[in-house]
Amino acid sequence: MRSDVFFVVCLVVGGIVFAAALALGNDYYFFAGYVVLQYVVLSTAWNILGGYCGYVNFGSAAFFALGAYTTVAMHRLHPMPIPVDVVFGGVVSGVVGLGMGYLTLRLRGAFFAIATLALAVVLQTLIVNWDYVGGSRGAYIVRPESIAPFGNYIKYLFMIMMLLAVGSVTVARVIERSRLGYGFATIRDDELAAEASGVPTLRLKLIATTISGALMGMAGAPFPYYIGFLQPTSAFGLEYAVNSIAMPLIGGTTSWVGPLIGAILLGSLQQIATVTISSAVNLLIVGFLLVGFVIAAPNGVIGLVHKYIQHKPIGRVGRRKIEADAPKAAP
Amino acid sequence: MTGLLEVNNLGKRFGGFVALESISLSVKPGERVGLIGPNGSGKSTLVNCICGTLRNEAGSVNFDGHLIDGATAHQRTRRGLARTFQLPRPFASLSLVDNLRIPLLYAVAARGGALRAAHAVDERCTDLLREVGLEAKARHLPRDLTQVEMRKLELARAMAAEPKLLIADESMAGLTHSEVEEILTLLNRLNAQGVTIILIEHIMRAVMTFSQRLVVLVSGRMIADGDPNEVVRNPEVERAYLGQ
Amino acid sequence: MIFSFDLLVNAIVSGILIGAFYAAVTAGVTLSFGVLDIVNIAHPAFIILGSYIAYIFNITFGLDPIVTAIVATPAFYLLGAGIYQIYYVSFEKRGQESMRGLAFFFGLLFITEVMLVLYFGVDYRYVEARYIGPTWHVASLDIPLRILVPCLVSLLMIAVLQLILTRSFVGRAIMAVAQDQLALKLMGVDPVRIKRIAFGISIATASIAGAFLIVIQPVEPSVGREYIGRVFAICVLGGMGSLPGTLIAAMLIGIFESLTSTFYGPSWAPAVSFGFLLLTLAVRPAGLLGR
Repeated sequence: MRSDVFFVVCLVVGGIVFAAALALGNDYYFFAGYVVLQYVVLSTAWNILGGYCGYVNFGSAAFFALGAYTTVAMHRLHPMPIPVDVVFGGVVSGVVGLGMGYLTLRLRGAFFAIATLALAVVLQTLIVNWDYVGGSRGAYIVRPESIAPFGNYIKYLFMIMMLLAVGSVTVARVIERSRLGYGFATIRDDELAAEASGVPTLRLKLIATTISGALMGMAGAPFPYYIGFLQPTSAFGLEYAVNSIAMPLIGGTTSWVGPLIGAILLGSLQQIATVTISSAVNLLIVGFLLVGFVIAAPNGVIGLVHKYIQHKPIGRVGRRKIEADAPKAAP
Repeated sequence: MTGLLEVNNLGKRFGGFVALESISLSVKPGERVGLIGPNGSGKSTLVNCICGTLRNEAGSVNFDGHLIDGATAHQRTRRGLARTFQLPRPFASLSLVDNLRIPLLYAVAARGGALRAAHAVDERCTDLLREVGLEAKARHLPRDLTQVEMRKLELARAMAAEPKLLIADESMAGLTHSEVEEILTLLNRLNAQGVTIILIEHIMRAVMTFSQRLVVLVSGRMIADGDPNEVVRNPEVERAYLGQ
Repeated sequence: MIFSFDLLVNAIVSGILIGAFYAAVTAGVTLSFGVLDIVNIAHPAFIILGSYIAYIFNITFGLDPIVTAIVATPAFYLLGAGIYQIYYVSFEKRGQESMRGLAFFFGLLFITEVMLVLYFGVDYRYVEARYIGPTWHVASLDIPLRILVPCLVSLLMIAVLQLILTRSFVGRAIMAVAQDQLALKLMGVDPVRIKRIAFGISIATASIAGAFLIVIQPVEPSVGREYIGRVFAICVLGGMGSLPGTLIAAMLIGIFESLTSTFYGPSWAPAVSFGFLLLTLAVRPAGLLGR
């Protein structure tokens, strides 16, 4: 399927989901759906660097929060329409991603991962000490009551996040199928051999970090409007770091489908759990699922499905089963 | 006449250990050079320094008339310098065809001119696989390959980069007699197409039949460089090998 | 910012004392990451676990936290050995340690913190002991005993560790496995067993470091997070697998944090070690005494 066709199909699907939520008549679905869509963007973004290139980012919360605080900072200057916030959030986070990548991507993956942790803390400390955006006291962003033609403002926010989700999934798919996607895969498989084969690994890694950071920043930009009162502890919350890693790993890291599945499954599970149990227990579940999948099902849900398909017997000759002759295509 | 590859007084240390000392080597276009030496003599380190995987501390490397000292490995590959690895390092999650696509998409395409159309790239990959006899496993993953097939893939991938100079680092280690012949035939065919080849090997029979020139490395120093038959009769070379 | 010489000297001394404690916290990571190349970012979680265990025994039986921790080391050792076994079978053997191994430890960190929150809540917990409270006054220096005692025991612990690593057979096997696993195998030693022992020791140190922590400051589950960066910053700055390097780096960071805290305010302190880390990685990844 060509990418522009794919994009349109996704938009249509998004429209259907929106209509379904409308039909259900309860604004709660928009609030919950917003969070799930946000995680679609975050996990897809994480996977571009983590799943495709093999570089683990523990600081997703930092990029997310940067997007949110860019909105706050600009709101203090002069309130802007959210799409503008989204663009700015993406630019700021993208630039920071580029900068951090430049500092640390020449080193091993493990050092990069630790550096992302460091970045998250440094950024949080900076924000906590920056009174212009409220510091540790927090910042209020008044959400408008309604906006035409949506009515309740949350529907508008939901639509924006839906567009971001469609956009990020399309970007991921385009990358996967392009020369860039092949390059990323070689970085993940064997960076040394990639260099020897002519792949400019540093440049590609920087591209991945920038795109990944930018998308996360875009996901964070509307957040202050969603939550109304932004505090560093909520913007830099650990759940963003864990979920953006758990969702792709559980869904499957090798393609755009994985983070989508992971975000929808895990995100919905958490929304249900938060309502029925406590939010701490629901985070615990995420933690256990992450560890469990990483140990037992390293290729995630996609991998499990593949295994099931490949081992399905298709017939018998005498007493022997013939295994499905699945070409061992690259996962 | 300056050669295709000019290594001048190259030196490399690892902490206190001197891996390479004052190596000078000149390789002419189209030559077949053999590089031999006992284990640990620095052959792979030399390859790594020439290809940019390691940085040399002393001396310089010139390729195709350009100083490539500061260039990264991928830049050197784009200039036409390709190598295989002693232990094959295929891209494990990519099929054989895709493994070959990488150098075509990145090394060859970067040399200027537009990116070749997708089907042209596909064709070239299949042709290359056919040349090395791996066409049947084109869609397979590297883990389905045998030892000798892995080494052929390694060579094919280096060939896909359309190099001017190919350094084959122990491509025949652990292979049977006929398998060694297969690789030698491949290399000879490549050379006939105009590719300069440096062959690093322990299998003396292969090195002697293949090389026009033989270079000997012992403990990081070059102790001989010349006609293969004369070099093997050099007393210092004999001592280096028989005295082990 | 009021500058006074007394303040400066106190800040530096304070930094040195805390630095020794930081070294004890980092010693486990020096072993697991510096020597064995296992990125155990969950190490701080085990330290917090150690703190809470010391707390329970202190509250229930009135036992001294540091003594409790020392008694608890065998349990932590077994925990470490068990975790390494899972890590080895699931990741190292399959060659997946880079991404999935990291995610595994991150998951452990997370699970531990959330379970502690569920069980103990987010209130700060502290212990009682005879040396928590009094402060020695020496010339113009104020030395709180609750920092001095852990500092001294830390130095002792590090000295013991260094002796083990350099003099005992196991210790030297550990250093050897970091350099050449194959050679070790050829000598009849199972590298996996050695690494398991090393990782067990690494987690055992967390028990003791945890007791130090809760003696020095009140603890709640998320305190571990600020130590992640500190610990890896110190490990890298100290040249990876070197305990002496770790000690020096820890004191350096302790001093800088103390100076920042005294003259710029405590809310900037977390950024110091992380900033150090980013700087070190960018400029000199081999660390101060690095290889």
